[in-house]
Amino acid sequence: MKVLVTVKRVIDYNVKARVKPDQSGVDLANVKMSMNPFDEIGVEEAVRLKEKGAATEVVAVSVGPTQAQETLRTALAMGADRAILVQTDQDLEPLAVAKVLKAIVAEENPDLVVMGKQAIDGDNAATGQMLAALLDWPQATFASEIAVSGGSAKVTREVDGGLQTLEVTLPAVVTADLRLNEPRYASLPNIMKAKKKELAVKELGSLGVDTAPRLKVAKVTEPPKRAGGIKVETAADLVMKLKNEAGVL
Amino acid sequence: MAVLVIADHDNATLRDATHKTVTAAQKLSSDVDVLVAGNGAKAVADAAAKIAGVRKVLFAESAELGQGLAEAFEALVVPLAANYDAILTPATSQGRNVAPRIAAKLDVAPISDVVDVVDASTFVRPIYAGNALETVTSSDAKKVITVRPTVFKPAADGGSASVETVSAPAAPAKVKFVDQQIVKSARPELGGAKIVVSGGRALGSAEEFQKVIEPLADKLGAAVGASRAAVDAGYAPNDYQVGQTGKVVAPELYVAVGISGAIQHLAGMKDSKVIVAINKDPDAPIFQVADYGLVADYKAAIPELMSELTKVGK
Ligand SMILES: Cc1cc2nc3c(=O)[nH]c(=O)nc-3n(C[C@H](O)[C@H](O)[C@H](O)COP(=O)(O)OP(=O)(O)OC[C@H]3O[C@@H](n4cnc5c(N)ncnc54)[C@H](O)[C@@H]3O)c2cc1C
Ligand SMILES: Nc1ncnc2c1ncn2[C@@H]1O[C@H](COP(=O)(O)O)[C@@H](O)[C@H]1O
Repeated sequence: MKVLVTVKRVIDYNVKARVKPDQSGVDLANVKMSMNPFDEIGVEEAVRLKEKGAATEVVAVSVGPTQAQETLRTALAMGADRAILVQTDQDLEPLAVAKVLKAIVAEENPDLVVMGKQAIDGDNAATGQMLAALLDWPQATFASEIAVSGGSAKVTREVDGGLQTLEVTLPAVVTADLRLNEPRYASLPNIMKAKKKELAVKELGSLGVDTAPRLKVAKVTEPPKRAGGIKVETAADLVMKLKNEAGVL
Repeated sequence: MAVLVIADHDNATLRDATHKTVTAAQKLSSDVDVLVAGNGAKAVADAAAKIAGVRKVLFAESAELGQGLAEAFEALVVPLAANYDAILTPATSQGRNVAPRIAAKLDVAPISDVVDVVDASTFVRPIYAGNALETVTSSDAKKVITVRPTVFKPAADGGSASVETVSAPAAPAKVKFVDQQIVKSARPELGGAKIVVSGGRALGSAEEFQKVIEPLADKLGAAVGASRAAVDAGYAPNDYQVGQTGKVVAPELYVAVGISGAIQHLAGMKDSKVIVAINKDPDAPIFQVADYGLVADYKAAIPELMSELTKVGK
C-alpha cells in the first residue's frame, strides 16, 4: 500500500500572527515557519503504517514556495521515503490545492492520502474533503484512529458529541485530528539520512491545473482587542462583581 | 437570489446553530429554504418549518443521511444546488465535513467559518487562530459557506413553512458507518451555552476534573469545556475542547480554571462577554483577556466559589 501525505509550510504555532499596517495580509517576514502541526500528525501516522507493515511507501507532498523543501525534509527525516514539491509563490486556495493534489494523485496512484484536518494559517479545514470529492473517493475527516486491513480502513472520527467510526474502501482520503498520535522528533541521524532522500520539484505550471483564485482578499484587519480587566482578591469578591457589576449571575 | 441552509441536527432535535445560520442566510436573501437531511427526523423538519421567514423545508431521509455521511450529503445537495445561489451550513463538525465536499463538486471555493456577511459576495472570516480577520470577495457564481454560529443571533420561531419531501440518493458505495459513541448530556450544549466552565491541565486527572469542574458547571447551569491539554491527557472527552481547532464558544460568562491561555485556546473563547480566569500564576496569559482574574490555587478557590454561589442563591 502506498501512502501520500500532504504537508504545508505555515507560521509556527507558537508565533502570534501580526496584521500588516496596510491591511494587505499577515506579516510573515522573519517569522518562524514550521510544518503545519496537523500534517506532522499525518506524517507520523503514515510512517507508523509503514513501520507496522501496512504501508510499503510513504510519499510526502507540499504545494508552496522553494522554502517548503525544508518542510519536506522534515517529513523525510520523520520517515517518509521520498518527497514532491509543487513549487509556486502563489498563495493557493484550498480548491486550487485540491486540484493540484488530484494531479499528483493521478501520477502517484496512492491507496491512501493522509492530510491534516486544518492548516493553522488559513484555518479552512477544507482541502481534504475537496480532494476526496474531486477524486470521487470516500473521506474520513478529523481522524483519531486509523486501522487499515485488506482494501479498507476503519477510521474513528472526532465529531460533535463524541466519536464516530466509518469504514472506507481504499483508495480514500483521511484527515488527521489532534488525538491521532504524538508525532516523533526526527533524530539527528535521520535528519542526515533525509538529506539524501529523493525530493522532486515540479513547477506548478507544468501540471496544467487551473489555480486561478476565486476569492479576492479585500483586507486583513486586526480583531477588536479586549479591554484589560481587573484582579479580584477573593471568591466572594468575584461572585459580588459577577452579580452586581457584570450582571451575569 | 435564493439560499439553502443545510440544517444541523441529531435526527431528534434541530440544533440552535441552524437558527443562527438562518439569520446569516437572511442577510443574503429573503428566500431561505432549509434542508433537513437525516433519518427518522420528521420532528426536526417540523421544527425547521417553524423558523420565522423560512420559505420551505426540504426533507430527505435515508440511513446514510442520518449517519451524516459526507458522500450522501454530496449526492443529495449537488443536484439541489441548481436552484440556489448560496448554500450555508453551520461550522459544526458535520457542516465542516460536508460543505467543502459539496463545494468541490460545484467547482466553488468554499468560505469557512464566516463571522460577518458584508454583501452577497463579501464575507469576513477569522484566520491565524483569530489573530486576523480576512474580508474576502468571491467571484464564484454560487457560494458555499460555513457560518460560525456564535456570532449570529438565532432566528426566532413563528413561521409555518411547508415541508417538501425530496428523494434521498442511493447509499454511497465506498463508505460504511460502523458505529458511534455520542454522549447525551443533561447539560447545555457547549456551542450554544450561556455559561461555560472550562478546566485545563492543572486539574491533573479525570477524577479531579469531574470532582471540581462539573459541580461548578452544574451549580451555574453551565456547559463544560476544556483545554486541549486536558483533553489530550484524558481528563475530558474530545468534544469538550475549546479553541482554534476545537469548539468556538461565546457565552455570557466563561470561567477558565487552571488554563494558561495559549493563543489556540483564546481563539475559541475570547469573544465571550465576560471572562473569569482562576490561575495560580499571576503572569498567565489568560489574565490578559480576563475581565475578572483570581490569582489562586483552584483547590482552595473553587470550594470557596461554590459556597459563595450558594450564598447568592445558586
Ligand atoms: C495545532 C494545535 C492546535 C491546538 N488547538 C487547541 C485548541 O483548540 N484548544 C486549546 O485549548 N489548545 C489548543 N492547542 C494547545 C495549546 O497550544 C496549549 O498547549 C493548551 O491550550 C494548554 O492547555 P492548558 O492551558 O490547560 O495547559 P497549560 O498551558 O499547561 O496551563 C496550565 C495552567 O494551569 C495553571 N495551574 C497549575 N496548577 C494550578 C492550580 N493548582 N490552581 C490554579 N492554576 C493552576 C498554571 O499556572 C498554568 O497556567 C493547540 C495546539 C496546537 C499545536
Ligand atoms: N499548500 C499545501 N501543500 C500541501 N498540503 C496542503 C496545502 N494546503 C493544504 N494542505 C493540506 O490540507 C490540509 C487542510 O488544509 P486547509 O484546508 O487549508 O485547512 C492541511 O493540513 C494539509 O495537509
